[in-house]
Amino acid sequence: MAPFDIIVIGGSAGSLAMVLQILPHLKTDMQVSVILVFHRRSSEDTTLIELLSHRTEFEVKEVDEKDPIRPHVIYIAPADYHVLIEKDHTLSLDVSEKVNFCRPSIDVTFESAADIYGKSLMCILLSGANADGVRGLKAARDKGGFIVVQDPASAEVSYMPQQATEQLPVDLLLHDNNMDVLMDCLRSGRG
Amino acid sequence: MNSEALLDLSDGEIEIVLNDLVEVHGYDFMNYSRASLKRRINRLVANDKFLSFAEFRYRLRNDDVYFKRFVEEITVNVTEMFRDTQFYRTLREEILPVLATSPLVRIWHAGCSTGEEVYSMAILLQEAQLLHKSLLYATDINPAVLEKVRAGIFPMNQMKRYSENYILSGGKNDFSSYYIAQYNAAKFDEQLGKKIILANHNLVSDSSFNEFQLILCRNVMIYFDKELQERALKLFDDSLEPLGFLALGSKETLKFSSISHKYRQVANKEKIWRKIK
Repeated sequence: MAPFDIIVIGGSAGSLAMVLQILPHLKTDMQVSVILVFHRRSSEDTTLIELLSHRTEFEVKEVDEKDPIRPHVIYIAPADYHVLIEKDHTLSLDVSEKVNFCRPSIDVTFESAADIYGKSLMCILLSGANADGVRGLKAARDKGGFIVVQDPASAEVSYMPQQATEQLPVDLLLHDNNMDVLMDCLRSGRG
Repeated sequence: MNSEALLDLSDGEIEIVLNDLVEVHGYDFMNYSRASLKRRINRLVANDKFLSFAEFRYRLRNDDVYFKRFVEEITVNVTEMFRDTQFYRTLREEILPVLATSPLVRIWHAGCSTGEEVYSMAILLQEAQLLHKSLLYATDINPAVLEKVRAGIFPMNQMKRYSENYILSGGKNDFSSYYIAQYNAAKFDEQLGKKIILANHNLVSDSSFNEFQLILCRNVMIYFDKELQERALKLFDDSLEPLGFLALGSKETLKFSSISHKYRQVANKEKIWRKIK
């Protein structure tokens, strides 16, 4: 199997710690792009970008409208915008209604990424307190995407990953001690 | 709700719908960004419980009332008062003092949606004592939203947040002095609405209709492809007086457009450009 082209990570309450664990493992010999959809309050807060930049060899930037998706870049969804992906592999922004009370919504980006990337998509759903992300994981799964969910037992807030594990089959349950398995999947295409 | 059972239009079916809209109704969405458009059409198809693509297509082609609903649902009408408070602070502190030197201030809100931004601007102008000599042109592709702008009535449950936004944008008055609360609605002062001129205008097909000192088009062109963005920007350029201002949304830019060399971004992080050539 070919390695993945894109990883979309969705996280809400309590997910930052896991993101900080994942990022140092991303190496520039991997031809992969990352989109990070975090539920957060204000876009004017640039500390998140600074914090993440210190943990990775990849470039970290907030999405600007029509940004082309390039390898070795981590794109952060801006507060108050949904992020979608176009067929020409550019990112588009959308300020339409909140989904699951969230904007950005993890479902919106998962679904859109599934539509464009199919089998070369890896979705990772992390800790959180609401039901966002599950519908998008199902869409990704239907299109052959690889589904990673944080082990609810190890998540700071278990509700969001728990919803996922209850409602669909998961390819990998991620916890603090199996990051190497995740990286093997990334390098080899799948498990 | 069992989402798997719902109809989901393919890319090819979306293209057929877009062709129908041009052919039957004269509305051209061909140059809209597909990802968002596809999502909204599929959402509408699901909400309205169509069982087949053929049924949806027939209805859209033949039922003018349903076509109207389609336009209302497909165009994004989410907006708020004083969204991006720093942007409004910049308008207040840096742009309005420049406009104040004009005998008549003409402002165009392109893609005004339900009018929250227009009323925010009217409040700024009133506080700068410019409203009496200003005209605010508010245009949208969707005729239904223009009625809402005319009414100047917004949901009461938003007022707490709008009031916070207003204060963060540099507002000094009691925000509630601008509206009358009636049950779940906040009816804004008619003095604010008097200077608003409404028109149906489509950035895809219509042309320039006046000259302005300030044009605001925020989070509208994010739904357009590059070609249509370019068309809209040329239209704005044709509609701006020399030294006029163009304001875009917080994630939009003029940088890669053909008119960029004629503009200079104002000296802070806000997305406001001044026409210098």
